[in-house]
Amino acid sequence: MTAAVAAARRIPVPLVVGVGLVILMACLPLLNISVPGVLPTPTYQPGTLALLSLAMIFAALALSYNMLLGTAGMLSFGHALYFGAGAYGLGIGLENLGVPLWPGVFVALIGGLVIALVTGAVSMRVSGIPFAMVTLAFAQAGSVLVRRNSSVTGGEEGLSLNTAGVPDWLVGVVNTRNLYWATLAVLLVVYLVSVWVDRSRLGHLARATRENELRVRVLGLEPSRARLLVFVIAALCASLVGVAYMLLQSGTVPRSVSADLTITVLVIVVLGGVGYRWGAIVGGVVYTILDQRLTVLAGSDMIESLPSVLRVPLSEPLFILGALFILVVMFLPGGIAGTVDSWMSRRRAGSAHGDAEMSDDAPAGRIEGAEQVLETAGQEARS
Amino acid sequence: MSTLVLVLLTGIGLGALYFLVASGLSLIYGLMHVLNFAHGAFLTLGAFMGFEVARRLDSTSWWAFAVSILVGGLVGAGVAALTELALIRPLYERHIEQVLVTVGLAFAAVALYEGIWGSDPIYIQAPAWMRETTGVLGAQVPNTYWVLMAAATALLISLVVFLRYTRFGTIIRAGVENRAMVTALGIDVRTAFLLVFAIGGSAAGVGGVLAAHYTGYVSAHLGSTLLIFAFIVTVIGGLGSLPGAAIASVMVAVLQQFANYYLGGTGDIIVVVALAGVLLVRPSGLLGRRFA
Amino acid sequence: MSTILEVEGLHASINGQQVVEDVSFTVPATGITAVLGRNGVGKTSTLRAILGLIDRGGEVRLAGERIDGLRTHRIVRKGVGYVPEDREVFGSLTVEENLQLAVRQRQPRRELVDALFPDLVQRRRQMAGTLSGGQQQMVSLARALINDNRLLLVDEPTKGLAPLIVDQVADALEEASATVPILLVEQNLEVVRRLATDAIVISGGRVVHTGRAADILGDEELTHRLLGVGVAPATGGAR
Repeated sequence: MTAAVAAARRIPVPLVVGVGLVILMACLPLLNISVPGVLPTPTYQPGTLALLSLAMIFAALALSYNMLLGTAGMLSFGHALYFGAGAYGLGIGLENLGVPLWPGVFVALIGGLVIALVTGAVSMRVSGIPFAMVTLAFAQAGSVLVRRNSSVTGGEEGLSLNTAGVPDWLVGVVNTRNLYWATLAVLLVVYLVSVWVDRSRLGHLARATRENELRVRVLGLEPSRARLLVFVIAALCASLVGVAYMLLQSGTVPRSVSADLTITVLVIVVLGGVGYRWGAIVGGVVYTILDQRLTVLAGSDMIESLPSVLRVPLSEPLFILGALFILVVMFLPGGIAGTVDSWMSRRRAGSAHGDAEMSDDAPAGRIEGAEQVLETAGQEARS
Repeated sequence: MSTLVLVLLTGIGLGALYFLVASGLSLIYGLMHVLNFAHGAFLTLGAFMGFEVARRLDSTSWWAFAVSILVGGLVGAGVAALTELALIRPLYERHIEQVLVTVGLAFAAVALYEGIWGSDPIYIQAPAWMRETTGVLGAQVPNTYWVLMAAATALLISLVVFLRYTRFGTIIRAGVENRAMVTALGIDVRTAFLLVFAIGGSAAGVGGVLAAHYTGYVSAHLGSTLLIFAFIVTVIGGLGSLPGAAIASVMVAVLQQFANYYLGGTGDIIVVVALAGVLLVRPSGLLGRRFA
Repeated sequence: MSTILEVEGLHASINGQQVVEDVSFTVPATGITAVLGRNGVGKTSTLRAILGLIDRGGEVRLAGERIDGLRTHRIVRKGVGYVPEDREVFGSLTVEENLQLAVRQRQPRRELVDALFPDLVQRRRQMAGTLSGGQQQMVSLARALINDNRLLLVDEPTKGLAPLIVDQVADALEEASATVPILLVEQNLEVVRRLATDAIVISGGRVVHTGRAADILGDEELTHRLLGVGVAPATGGAR
């Protein structure tokens, strides 16, 4: 990944591609493009815009999760808690406090921040696998709280958005276009935060901690603070995405706080490629569209006509996604982005060196990078 | 008084159920450092297969119940062993990836169960005695709880005997302490991995059949909820510690029942608060060594 | 002279970090061969790499047979006994269980072990974790000596032990070496002088010198240059 970042600095091609993509995405609602089999309607119609918005929601949530898993190497099963805090925070703010949209968003984000600080600080008493279990327990408690207190959260029924305080241009199917743009903006914000975290000293420190916690400690740095900060920033981004989700869907259900959602995001990040920002985005889009397509497929005549041994599994989209996930973990360790990346670098290297030499170089280069980071970070801390 | 006894005894019974799930999780983590998310799926499969078998026999008879327990245990052991061989072993020592495949398996399994058995709970039948209650100090305790306690006690005793007095048990205990050294004595520790998975799976499978009798139904999500409490129990008890898991199971469940009864149904939340408290005071859990 | 172990171009890494660069040497089929070198030059890692306990590459032959592709337990079953640095006894198991676990043959050499370490006989049922450091070292040695091995890899067996126990451990190694060749990592040069016939000096992850142990230790300049110490006084060793 360091190599990818370095490459990006040298040639601004990815920047050009990125800006071009954002402009293209921004223009989609104004264009009439049909992609049969992938998108349900032409791009300017609400059906496709809603699907793409949802894909961007998942992409942004995956980006925030990638900060945890990709940058800081923390496997959390509670990320949905902060997404849910954003969604429910906005809903409850508008409904119970009767505030307008922007103060409502502020309330939701502050709520997410506080929850992240408290749960993050406690969970980080442990690391690795125990950390995963503890974050899961917190998310479960959040999910139980949401289901129980139905007077505030709507319980199992979910909470619908009180649109009284929301500007008209963000309400209803006719304004799907505006919601689409708002979601795109959120995705962009989360992306920029993610880039900033990765390039800042904080991100370097978190990455170095992942590689070798002991050495960071020896240098007199406090790794747990860097990790907590990354955790809170990632959680805050998730809350922001939750807010966007609430607006987009004009409501939310307890599933948005559940471990199921975290696992979905985990699947997306691993599918896209852990540690690759563009992988998280591609993963989010692929997952959303695949999920939608598989659901359509599940109800199709072709599936109906199969013998039950094939029909039952194939008519369950989550089964296919779960199986796909296992296959990716086992046979495609870098996910989509990692595979493309190593394929490209092999091709680039192929002209100059042999393949074997390249694969030897790659890990050594990474460690060298980390060492350098440690050294500079240590000097900064000492001075 | 009688309420107190009832809450206490049902708490212990629920704790027994937690132990059936947590014992396997704890053993697997202790030896292999694998967090097995698919453990709940093993449990659910055990419950469904037990239900299918009992349904084909006379599900109100004792022997159908016994056969369903046996089938649940065998199915749990089989599917767990298969999981170890096909998914865990190829990812040897890559702990994050190992967690991820079990997550994927849990994901896929629940979907598959829904495809086969539908997403609604299926209510099950049991021997008449299990629907009745027994009076203790004025408290009418449902008989299912006694069965749970008996099963968990039997499991605990047989696990302790197995770990203490058999060669494989010694290998497992040694492996929990220092796996590399076990291999350096010429022992293929992977056999122990397979065994631990199978044992944990069979406990989960039996736990599944009993959990179905506890709730009165089987459903595709039976294992998921129990799994989270089992996670909490293993962390509180100290990962890898079997006695820790046993003690924490009962403590957590009793606490949960008391909070549910006396503090207006806040049991689940109290348990998580207890988890946070234990982590703040003793991150390695009640009986755990320090985390590596 | 026949050799039991041939190591050629051995390299190894821990977490992607190279700890053994390029090590080649042979171990004769009799006597004790000492591995010498300053702290952190890769002596322990070399033993662990031979056993496959860390990621390694290169060629390792045991009595002419390649073992560098085998998993650790297979290598051990070919007749390689291992006494690790820091003893690594299973503290929550009894002494007897520690020994039982190590037994690989139908007729374990109980009498030999009991004769070498009489201390352990009456402590069979004691938890190994409650033993003294010296007693733990005896358990660790006994685990290797209870089988008929073709080669022993012994890593710093006298580290941190009282002088009396050092002698006892050295006695045990001397007696064992009558029947099995030993590759010994040892910092205590007195012990090396007493036991070793041959020696290998490692520096910076490579073998920089091989020869008769007496010749190396007899050459003060060489010893100082390669090991960073003057010839050691009676106790205290290389530290």
